[in-house]
Amino acid sequence: MATYEELKQGAERRWKELNSRPWIRVGTAMCGQAAGALEVVATLKAKLAARKIDAVVSEVGCLGLCYAEPIVDVAKPGKARLLLGNVTPADVDAIVDGYLASNRVPPQKALGYLAAAGQAPLAGVPDFKALSGYGKQNRVALRNGGHIDPTDIFQYIATGGYAGLNKALSAMKPADVIKEVTDSGLRGRGGAAFPTGVKWSFLVRSNAPRKYILCNCEEGDPGAFNDKTILESDPHTLLEGITIGGYATGSTNGYVFIRHGHDGPINRTEAAIQQAYKAGLLGKNILGTNFSFDIEVALTGESYVAGEETALMEAIEGHRSMPRARPPFPAAYGVWGRPSNINNVKTLAYAPEIISKGAAWFSSIGVNKSKGTAIVCLTGHVQRPGIYEVAMGLTLGEVINDIGGGVSGGKQLKLLQTGGPLGGVLSAASTTVTIDFDEMAKAGAILGSGGIIVADSDTCAVDLTRNLVAFCQFESCGKCFPCRIGTTNLLEIVDRIVTCQTRPGDLELMRSIGKTIQAGSLCGHGQLGFNPIRSALQHFAADFDAHMKTGKCATGGCEKPRLSPTNTRPFAQEATPEAALTGRPA
Amino acid sequence: MAADSETLRQQIRESIKTQKRPTVTVLSSLLAVQDSLGYLPDEAIEEVAAHSKATINEVWGVASFYTNFRFTPPAKHVVEVCWGPTCHLVGATGIIQGLLDEFKLSGEGDTPDGRVTLRYNTCLGACAQGPVMMVDHHLAGRVTPETARAKVKSLGDTNGHR
Repeated sequence: MATYEELKQGAERRWKELNSRPWIRVGTAMCGQAAGALEVVATLKAKLAARKIDAVVSEVGCLGLCYAEPIVDVAKPGKARLLLGNVTPADVDAIVDGYLASNRVPPQKALGYLAAAGQAPLAGVPDFKALSGYGKQNRVALRNGGHIDPTDIFQYIATGGYAGLNKALSAMKPADVIKEVTDSGLRGRGGAAFPTGVKWSFLVRSNAPRKYILCNCEEGDPGAFNDKTILESDPHTLLEGITIGGYATGSTNGYVFIRHGHDGPINRTEAAIQQAYKAGLLGKNILGTNFSFDIEVALTGESYVAGEETALMEAIEGHRSMPRARPPFPAAYGVWGRPSNINNVKTLAYAPEIISKGAAWFSSIGVNKSKGTAIVCLTGHVQRPGIYEVAMGLTLGEVINDIGGGVSGGKQLKLLQTGGPLGGVLSAASTTVTIDFDEMAKAGAILGSGGIIVADSDTCAVDLTRNLVAFCQFESCGKCFPCRIGTTNLLEIVDRIVTCQTRPGDLELMRSIGKTIQAGSLCGHGQLGFNPIRSALQHFAADFDAHMKTGKCATGGCEKPRLSPTNTRPFAQEATPEAALTGRPA
Repeated sequence: MAADSETLRQQIRESIKTQKRPTVTVLSSLLAVQDSLGYLPDEAIEEVAAHSKATINEVWGVASFYTNFRFTPPAKHVVEVCWGPTCHLVGATGIIQGLLDEFKLSGEGDTPDGRVTLRYNTCLGACAQGPVMMVDHHLAGRVTPETARAKVKSLGDTNGHR
């Protein structure tokens, strides 16, 4: 079995060899794909073959600047990298014949250059690091995104990967690892913001022969895609993080839980797992030590509630993803009845850097009790949508205006929707709120999954609320009847408000249903299910008044057709007695 | 024409048996069959029950829960449109309305000629490129009602989503 030093030497050789030829990196995470990156890759490869140019083309992850996708990054040996944005297949000639062959930079497409130490800047091109979308980021979990091929373990090792695991296994006891993570101040990025080191210590108490580390990448939150982006950009950082967690807690197995159909994240994670086994970084006696650990991918069907920790365990076991009652808590009785620990992708992706650079380094980033970075997905009516990893402590306004370029079309900001559909909405005054778990909670919002959806002044708050309530209703798993029936009732009432057919007492009825859902639901879906309405009523009462009192939408935003998905669950629509008896849909 | 039942069963058993992930459950088996056939026929429920030593009712319980399963053969092409809040804000309803008009449908479902299945999706995962749609597993972002209609008009007659 190779030692870490041997792996590192091999990886450095590979890195040198890669950089000895022209190396073209194209961002093909889901975001890039939606912008047409795969067509660019195909055209590039065909063109290079036709010109018989010996160059490497790598499909890489995400630099965060979704607005500029597809991004093509051309590195000539020894020279700074040239990054081009909004590239189409028609630009490939200018890249291959123009830049590779005769050094002419396509001026309209150049985003900037990225120079390593000692490399000269490229003439006539701005510094990529001076772009606020990149320069204001502080990339820790996403440090390799867009820089390395996520399906090549040696590129990960060459850039410092698996150093944290090697340090943990060779120089630290499991208790030291937990102490380091606790001291770093790392808190869970899945929404609850619970201290990760403390959570890990719960699992240590059990001496069961099999214990699990579960990594949650269900990420059904509309408006958030940062977990998937980590898996597509740098799956090894997650695998290393899970393995460090496994060592610290004395666990034996890990699951990465992903939604079926998200092929990019699934394929890149599974490729990474195979390579890690081959390199001796997973499986029996990792890096020649006594520690053994296995990781596999588990898929869920489409169900938002599957992202809830106990529902997730039900789905791994192959059942309906409905939450379990707690206690017993997962650390005592988890998946397959065995002690389990569940962390979000982002949380685990920080572990390698915390171990290799130390708790003090991590806790020097961020503010107050919110250490490290936040990975925000900035979308909606914003000039430069993207996925930006920033130090905690920036204000929402700084992220939206300085990094995102402000509201698109020069319009005014009206509302923000943060932390997933159940996080509720905030008014334009909230731009002074800092990105900090506790400060956001004080402002009545959550950082949650990191989604920040921006809506301009033409938006009707009732219309957006209707969309959020429809989501909440559609995704209720049905186990707790207050949530199942209550969200349906709420949607009916909101629909009456949207169409200006309100009945007397509707507001009181909504508030009463909201209270019932909150009190009578097992999981966060029902407990937070009233948040969209509660917060919209609080901040945008005028929009509701217009609908309810004047009978007219104030912005005209509600003239659009209202769409809800059909409930495709076979029993939901026409349950016949026959179906009930045979257990089959009619 | 539907394949005859025994051929279908063999195909189902094969896809259950050849799952590559180590943990095999009712759900993983159903997903494997859906990936290979594009839907879950009655035979799939029975075979998964037999293979997992579960009851028919238990398997139906799982199959009927997750919204990605379907129980009739899919149309030749699957078109999914996102209606999450981001896409909603930047114009998803216009895209969906355009496609409904194009397909002469009043909601999600299959066109009568069996050419296209239209689905709404709560999030296709590329929110920064909204509005987003997916045609036969290929993501397309920043679509307009016009480009969306052009995309589905150019779909051929061959099966696009397996």
